[in-house]
Amino acid sequence: MDKVSLELGGGGRTMRDFIARTIVPAFENPRLRELLDASHLPGKIAFTTDSYVVDPIFFPGGDIGTLAVNGTANDLVVAGAVPRFISLALILEEGLPWADLLRILRSVRNASKRAGVEVVTGDTKVVRRGQGDKIYINTSGIGRVIARPRARAARPGDRIIVTGTLGEHSLAILLARGDFGLEAKVRSDCAALTFLLPLWKNGAFWMRDITRGGLATVLSELAGSLSFPLVIEEESIPLSKAARAAAGLLGIDPLYLACEGRAVLAVKEPSAGRVLAVLKKHPLGRRAAVIGRVDRTIGRPGELILRTKAGGLRLLEPLTSELLPRIC
Amino acid sequence: MDLYTDKKTIAALLAKIAALAGRAASPFRIMEVCGTHTMTVHRYGLKALLRRAGIEMISGPGCPVCITPNEFHEAAIRFVTEKENLILATFGDMTRVPTRTGALQAAVPARGSAVRIVYSPEESISLARKEPGKEVVFFGTGFETTIPSIALMARKALEAGLENYSVLAALWIIPPPLRAVLESGEVRLSGFLYPGHVSAIIGTSPYEFVAREFGFPGAVAGFEPADILLGIVSILEQIRDEKPAVANAYARVVRPEGNPAARKIMDETLDLYDAHWRGLGLIPQSGLRLKPEYAGVDAVRKHGLDLRGEAVDLPGCRCGEILRGVIAPPDCRLFGKACSPDAPRGPCMVSFEGACFVHFKYRDVHG
Repeated sequence: MDKVSLELGGGGRTMRDFIARTIVPAFENPRLRELLDASHLPGKIAFTTDSYVVDPIFFPGGDIGTLAVNGTANDLVVAGAVPRFISLALILEEGLPWADLLRILRSVRNASKRAGVEVVTGDTKVVRRGQGDKIYINTSGIGRVIARPRARAARPGDRIIVTGTLGEHSLAILLARGDFGLEAKVRSDCAALTFLLPLWKNGAFWMRDITRGGLATVLSELAGSLSFPLVIEEESIPLSKAARAAAGLLGIDPLYLACEGRAVLAVKEPSAGRVLAVLKKHPLGRRAAVIGRVDRTIGRPGELILRTKAGGLRLLEPLTSELLPRIC
Repeated sequence: MDLYTDKKTIAALLAKIAALAGRAASPFRIMEVCGTHTMTVHRYGLKALLRRAGIEMISGPGCPVCITPNEFHEAAIRFVTEKENLILATFGDMTRVPTRTGALQAAVPARGSAVRIVYSPEESISLARKEPGKEVVFFGTGFETTIPSIALMARKALEAGLENYSVLAALWIIPPPLRAVLESGEVRLSGFLYPGHVSAIIGTSPYEFVAREFGFPGAVAGFEPADILLGIVSILEQIRDEKPAVANAYARVVRPEGNPAARKIMDETLDLYDAHWRGLGLIPQSGLRLKPEYAGVDAVRKHGLDLRGEAVDLPGCRCGEILRGVIAPPDCRLFGKACSPDAPRGPCMVSFEGACFVHFKYRDVHG
């Protein structure tokens, strides 16, 4: 490869390989090597950063502003930290309508309020028309560490829980782009996951927000770090009616679709019932479900296994080469 | 559709299959002719369940991207790299098929030319209308399922006098390769699972020679797990009763006479010819090309394209044997190592319906 391809940012294996082989060795830092969603720093501080290039900038259920706050807040939550402060860096294309910019700033303000974070620093750059596309945003976030994710604590019997239905964000973006000439009412699930924070003290020992690459990719990474296989039940995986229909029509597997307001949790077996009950009480967790478990009866260590609706078993691979660029 | 994926229904059908297959000394080997069947079999983990019930599923030649020989792909690459102001419009997976001269997506187009991915044949026509200064060539491949819509584009363009549009047609029909597979005798098979979508167009009679001449069972099947199992039950019943036939296990979609309107468009626009298939070689009367009166929208005639080149598969690629059912994807030394969806060495690892891609994406669970 002599030039950067879109695949490099696709959230799949190519991106993971790029980070592991090119980025990490370039800096030789043990904190970086952990590849958590946010780095834990001395003084119980967690730090993360993320850039947002979603196209279109407004979509059903949110816009690039809500995404920029929630995405960064969620990276802190799943790294075991309470989101506190964020930065806001805007890269604007010459000609962006003023009204669009104000609308996005309002979204940033409202989303920060809901996520409980303060915007405390920022930056603005403008590039010539055609040298960017409307608006890109970078946010960095600082949080207070309350727990340390411990994938290695997983033992057979521990449960895997998703906090809601899968894939609405990807589908909302795809449909809003009009690539498929389909009209369907799918709203992005974009939201702050701060309601998950108390669960760190109540049986959850690992969390990830389900972004690029979808549930299958996120859980493949978890499975890869375990000495046991993970088994997921296809019929337990919550899907909205719209997502089910749209995925059926477009032939897209919802297990690989990105969300922006859903997470997957690994929970100690005895706490699973209580965690599920807590989740279901929250408006964002109504469709939460136990979808699988750490197993020892089938498969090999490190494998992610799907028991299909039809009752068959197969391995779930991380996302490879299917591309959905500029989804977030 | 949930009825057709329901665990209890599937378990009951599998029990029936096990009972029918149970007494045989070796497993029955059933070829799923269609790539979409391959997908369902693997996507739902049916492969291992069927093996336990005494059925070995063999993938067949039913993937149009896979069987299109490299002559076509190399001609398309030459075309877009040598001719200026040409837009080559095609389906996404066609741009990723590797050849000796690379893949279409990596080709550096001549000045003013480009490769454009389209999601439907209709899009290529709109492209031609939007870009009147450029020649738009739609490089379309397909079986009977997609052939009518591709043929319709040629007709539309001709009728509308769209002078900057032509079709590079890589069109194949399903029954002839079945004869080729049976006549070669190189694979031991017990029955064919005929493709549901193709059959919705052609009906059931084009397969009758299989039962009549070869005494070989078969069933048309749909694409949900239960559809496939129902097809297999029918094949096993034909074997038990020694009454080979062309059963229709997808009657909710497939009528015995097929879709006469779609076939009429094909008959009016296309001629059969002896076509070269990847892996299967020259098969008599197995390809379709535009009739002479469509020369103005036929990329081959309009631009004097040469498709007779001696293109070969990449070294080590065994797609040909996989398409004939001689080996399974994991038997290829390149599978999952030098050849993966990120870096395919043959079309079977490119197409979403290709046997290698499907085997790679939906791997069996051990033990």
